[in-house]
Amino acid sequence: MSRFVLRRLLSMIAVLLAISILTFLIFTAIPNPALRLAGRFPTPATLAHINHQWGFDRPVYVRYVLIMKLIFTGQIISYSQQVNVVHQIWVYLPVTASLAIGAGIIWLTMGILFGVLSAWRAGRWLDRGLTVLALIGVSMPVFFLGAVMSYYIGFKLGWLPPSDYVPFTQSPWEWFRHLIMPWIALSVLFIGVYSRVLRSTILDTTNDDYVRTARAKGLTERQVMGRHILRNSLIPIVTLFGLDFAAVIGGGAILTETVFNLHGVGQYAAQSVQALDIPPVLVITLFAAFVVVILGAVTDILYAYLDPRIRL
Amino acid sequence: MSVDARTPPTDGGHLLEVEGLKVSFRTEDGVVRAVDGVSFAIEPGEVVAIVGESGSGKSVTAMTLMGLTRSPNASFEGRAMFDGRDLVSATDDQLRKVRGAGIAMVFQDPMSSLDPVHRIGKQIVEQIRVHDKSVSKAQALDRAAELMERVGIPRARERLRSYPHEFSGGMRQRVMIAMALSNQPKLLIADEPTTALDVTIQAQILDELRQLRGETGAAIILVTHDLGVVADIADRIVVMYAGRVVEQGTLDEIFYDPQHPYTWGLLGSITRIDRDRSQRLPAIPGLPPSLLRPPEGCHFRPRCPHAFDRCTQVPELKARLADAPDHLDRCWIEPERKRSLRVVGDQIGLASEQAVVS
Repeated sequence: MSRFVLRRLLSMIAVLLAISILTFLIFTAIPNPALRLAGRFPTPATLAHINHQWGFDRPVYVRYVLIMKLIFTGQIISYSQQVNVVHQIWVYLPVTASLAIGAGIIWLTMGILFGVLSAWRAGRWLDRGLTVLALIGVSMPVFFLGAVMSYYIGFKLGWLPPSDYVPFTQSPWEWFRHLIMPWIALSVLFIGVYSRVLRSTILDTTNDDYVRTARAKGLTERQVMGRHILRNSLIPIVTLFGLDFAAVIGGGAILTETVFNLHGVGQYAAQSVQALDIPPVLVITLFAAFVVVILGAVTDILYAYLDPRIRL
Repeated sequence: MSVDARTPPTDGGHLLEVEGLKVSFRTEDGVVRAVDGVSFAIEPGEVVAIVGESGSGKSVTAMTLMGLTRSPNASFEGRAMFDGRDLVSATDDQLRKVRGAGIAMVFQDPMSSLDPVHRIGKQIVEQIRVHDKSVSKAQALDRAAELMERVGIPRARERLRSYPHEFSGGMRQRVMIAMALSNQPKLLIADEPTTALDVTIQAQILDELRQLRGETGAAIILVTHDLGVVADIADRIVVMYAGRVVEQGTLDEIFYDPQHPYTWGLLGSITRIDRDRSQRLPAIPGLPPSLLRPPEGCHFRPRCPHAFDRCTQVPELKARLADAPDHLDRCWIEPERKRSLRVVGDQIGLASEQAVVS
């Protein structure tokens, strides 16, 4: 286990280093940001001052080291708003986390449920129906589905608030009501993918010898499915979930956040990219990479639990 | 429900009586008649070997008894009476109660027949408790440890906590046997239980089966393609070819007075320590027929060097020897003529020099 933790830490450092250099280099292609930071009609003295303050007059590698130092000491300040980026992230993260956790629970349970039902009834009408639903879910763009839901359920019918976010600490009930639609809109795609993946894994597993043994033992079909087939089919789902969940936490749910006006990490990233504001983009990228690596480690631990043949 | 409390069979004392069993599968190419009218009976405590090469229908026959061949494209005819119940027409639920309790099964490949993600103990306990909910988990674990000891697994108690991948193939097959015995079945079906194992381990597993039969009194159906395995352990032999029984009789009858040319071929191709080793090991020429379009008449006709006109009609499975009423075969050749035909060199075998009739 200690070897596993060490290995993971090393790989995390490598990943963060690579990601930060790549992202940083992409943004070096942008013309000198000092001109934008200096406001209109800057004097050469102001420009020089800004250049010096941000290190724009120094070589690329020095700028990289400078900005990484600021990031890891938590003192990084955005170009456009001049506010501390790390503090900003902490403001946006609860929104994104609320969205991701709720949606994750929904898409995991529904994905598994639909996948099992689909495999159970493979080839019959229920399976066909779920296949069509999954295809619709996979091909339905979030911005379209979200907008339609927001308009009809939120605005026309008024059953649920059409947009915005209410902090959990302020009102748990309102928090929940505001997030139902975003959760569903975000989950639909994943439910489609997970149910299809699980269906085919289950159908593969069904032909395994130990499933025949389980039947020969006199188990009911339900027991065979739950204890043996499903248990052996979960690894691909766990893999997918680790990756998808990390992506959403790391700002990947930009579309959902935008449609429902949730000021989360994804929206923050989108705005920063538009404003060519390098510090927040770098911080968010690093944060996303960090989440992916951590969840990757969690996924590996889950593998070892799910399949005793896997050693950490 | 305790297994011992079941009513004894009422119809003439057979433990299992298979009559006219037919199994066919619809495929895209047509209907495959995997089992085409198989009949045999098994007495309590008896070891019966079903012998035949791949595709002879021996495994399908065995699995059908457990209902493991049931699928939307399969159809069944005939009867298989066990404990006063017909296994062929039984509902899934009735059959489920027999599986793993009255009839238990050991499969061919022990490497893949145990669920890799559960501990051995849990897998045995599962089988005990699915048939008798009144047994507590602790009691079931005790019984599992006993069973493991009985099939020769050292440190059984500790090893209950092991996973299948921590066992060797031979040990896993012992676990499978222990599991199969967990509800004191009256009939144990072993489907090629030694095929996937090393020769030395094969002998140990067969030994184990022989001992268990003595201790538990369970009847055993041994499905195999290896007559060498059979010679060790079987009381009676059923020889199958292309979905039909071609010959059946006691061990001695089959080994010393075989009536069907296919049986001669099988006997002739056993590796023997007393055979002249400068010669190639004899094999039966040709391949088993496609069960989609089996040959007319005797199914072995295309590979049989002794086939003649009459073989285009299906010979009935019946006793053809006056002094052996239970020795049945499906061959038109006169028993007298067979005695000379089956001798190749100085042993029983299938003559190969004669042109094969197609």
